[in-house]
Amino acid sequence: MSEPRLTIGLAGNPNCGKTTLFNALTGSHQHVGNWPGVTVEKKMGHARHGELELDVVDLPGTYSLTAYSEEEKAARRFLIEDRPAAVVDVLNADALERNLYLAVQIMELGVPVVLALNMMDEVRKRGKDIDTGLLTRLTGCPAVETVARQGKGRREILEAAVNLASERAGAWIPLRISYGPDLDPVLDEMEAIVEANGIMAGKVPPRWVGLKYLEGDPGIMRRGREASDQAGEKLEKLTAKVAAHLKKTLGTTPDAIIADYRYGYIAGIARQVVRYPAVDQERLRLSDHMDRVLTHQLAGPLVMALVIYLLYILTFAVGKVPMEAVQAAFAWLGKTLEAAMPEGQLRSLLVSGVIAGVGGVLGFVPLIMIMFFLLSALEDTGYVARMAYMLDRVFRIFGLHGTSVLPFIVSGGIAGGCAVPGVMATRALRSPKEKLATLLTAPFMTCGAKVPVFLMLAAAFFPGKEAAVMSAVTLAAWVAALCVAKLLRSTVVKGESTPFVMELPPYRMPTLRGLCIHTWERSWEYMRKAGTIILAISVLIWAAMTFPQLPQERAAAFDQRAEAAQAQVEEAKAQGLESAALEDAVKAAEAAKSEEALRNSFAGRAGVALEGLTAPAGFNWRVNIALLGGFAAKEVIVSTLGTAYSLGEVDTKDAAPLSEMLARDESFPRAAGIALIAFVILYAPCSVTIVAMAKEAGWRWALFSMGFNTALAYVAAVVIFQAARLLA
Amino acid sequence: MDSCLTLRRAQVNRKLRICSIGAQGELGRRIRDMGLIPGAEVTVVGKAPLKDPVALRLRDFTLTLRNSEADHIVVEEAE
Repeated sequence: MSEPRLTIGLAGNPNCGKTTLFNALTGSHQHVGNWPGVTVEKKMGHARHGELELDVVDLPGTYSLTAYSEEEKAARRFLIEDRPAAVVDVLNADALERNLYLAVQIMELGVPVVLALNMMDEVRKRGKDIDTGLLTRLTGCPAVETVARQGKGRREILEAAVNLASERAGAWIPLRISYGPDLDPVLDEMEAIVEANGIMAGKVPPRWVGLKYLEGDPGIMRRGREASDQAGEKLEKLTAKVAAHLKKTLGTTPDAIIADYRYGYIAGIARQVVRYPAVDQERLRLSDHMDRVLTHQLAGPLVMALVIYLLYILTFAVGKVPMEAVQAAFAWLGKTLEAAMPEGQLRSLLVSGVIAGVGGVLGFVPLIMIMFFLLSALEDTGYVARMAYMLDRVFRIFGLHGTSVLPFIVSGGIAGGCAVPGVMATRALRSPKEKLATLLTAPFMTCGAKVPVFLMLAAAFFPGKEAAVMSAVTLAAWVAALCVAKLLRSTVVKGESTPFVMELPPYRMPTLRGLCIHTWERSWEYMRKAGTIILAISVLIWAAMTFPQLPQERAAAFDQRAEAAQAQVEEAKAQGLESAALEDAVKAAEAAKSEEALRNSFAGRAGVALEGLTAPAGFNWRVNIALLGGFAAKEVIVSTLGTAYSLGEVDTKDAAPLSEMLARDESFPRAAGIALIAFVILYAPCSVTIVAMAKEAGWRWALFSMGFNTALAYVAAVVIFQAARLLA
Repeated sequence: MDSCLTLRRAQVNRKLRICSIGAQGELGRRIRDMGLIPGAEVTVVGKAPLKDPVALRLRDFTLTLRNSEADHIVVEEAE
């Protein structure tokens, strides 16, 4: 244990097999967190090499080390601030040049780098060859061949990293590339200034600071000013001068020149190291053949529709069984506890608050697991990139990204989804603004919990036309989501769309192990994070609907009525008479008590108090309470409305009595029904979704969606109610 | 230079060479990060069902670009 632990970073491009190698190195010993200050996932794991304990950190996949994206910022900050003992740069050896672009930037920083030439099997299959020994000699970095999906090269990678780390012993040896006659003299001058003023001294090489100035990196420029105002100004002036000179003479910018020379340096290495097959260069790969069909103008969209439909059917058809089993288990637990405990507030808290709340959360877990298993599979095969490619033109109109289609579908774009996995699926979007707009609008979709609400309202106000109403609702949800996305993208999430420069990786077979690890991570994260907060919310809502309790004498009055009716039932039974009508009277008395108790609770009082506000939308206090309850989970709307209408327990699956009651209620016209449908489509996402949103985008945006969606829903409901009444 | 045209107008499955890249800022950087620099050889291998974006084949891999982004890339036919 006296042996110090070594930290090894794992860097690389997206789609280079970095995560697969990470899984192969660390096995199940990993945990997931967030990089400080950004919502980018940070994965850490442990590995052993001989006697040595290694901490392996998986850096976000990036193509470069500038600081434009959150991923790049996180990766760079880790390299500079945490100073890992060595970095393993995972390269897709099949696209060596592009992958070396990141490697060279890490080398320029000076961190000890090991090159993992991954996917060597694919390289050989294509008839190419890479001279690993020569690559090591030319770059000065040990290069190791790996096939991560088969676990090949695991040991060798760790060995190379450990050896390099002990050889360098913490010293950084930065690579120096020539950037040509225009930039080299400026870089020399800058290096001297940076060194003399100690800008980021001891952290990064001085020449690297100069390079970042030429690339126009605002973060580094700020550090320069902080160290010395004068020196910072001098460096900025030098940058401006050379930029103006380049624009005049060559019509280009310093960062373009830097990229050209970097790629020139890499091309020089690749030319010696990679041997392409002499004849076969133009041979179409299997992947290209597949793309001819899968992204074909007609066949492409058809196949995509089929894939989406299958994804959806599989998730909800297969997920239904375990989901209902979990829900049934919790229902049984609730019933058992109810029978075992004496009546009272503790029992009510445990049964209605805790068990119902936790059950509600865990009920989603099977769905989330299946959904993520299938989504990861789609992502790992490379098909998601094709979906984004085919749909981008449509979604771009609304300020979204081609990949936005997945979260929408999962959330209920085909009625019956769930916004929780939908919101979590936005992680596949690599463009921050598009991701935010998708995440904020996906909960409008018709999730499985909203379906019974719409069906009940449809039965009440449009009897016989339930199917048409459901189709209209689903369509309306899409229109709302896309239009609001457009609205958000032109106001609060304003800004240029993120460039669509995106890799279409070759189709690959996903590994079962990778899929399982991924699925388990997401599900566990959901259970752990959501479980605690959801539990608190559900207890809170239980309390709001239970307290204060009915005053003794009013409760007693209801009990007397019920007892009197019960006595009549017994009497009738004793005389052998028909007692059904009388039993109904008992139930009616108990239901009336529940209604009165609900009305008297905090939630009820809030519902009554809100009546003034919601009257323009046509909602009475009963609807208000139900909508408040719907914040916990949307299916609660139906059951709460049942209690408020004195119907006792209403089964969510068969709400016919409630529909009839609403249809008869003269204070609740059809116009109010339509307004209510619109309100339920639009208003605040349920508490579980809110927690998921906070995890993806921060609490600020989660709370924003609560407020904004509810306000939007209110306005829409008022407009619809008033318009419908005028027309009627 | 009259043989030069923007990538948007390039025909599918012709071998092209990049002459220059006009994009700046984040877009320019992203384009260059992927290895699209003057002198690189590319082929437009396909267009999405709505003709936008396009799929672009470099020697070792395929990437996608929107037409509005392809406007910044000037190419010429490589014989």
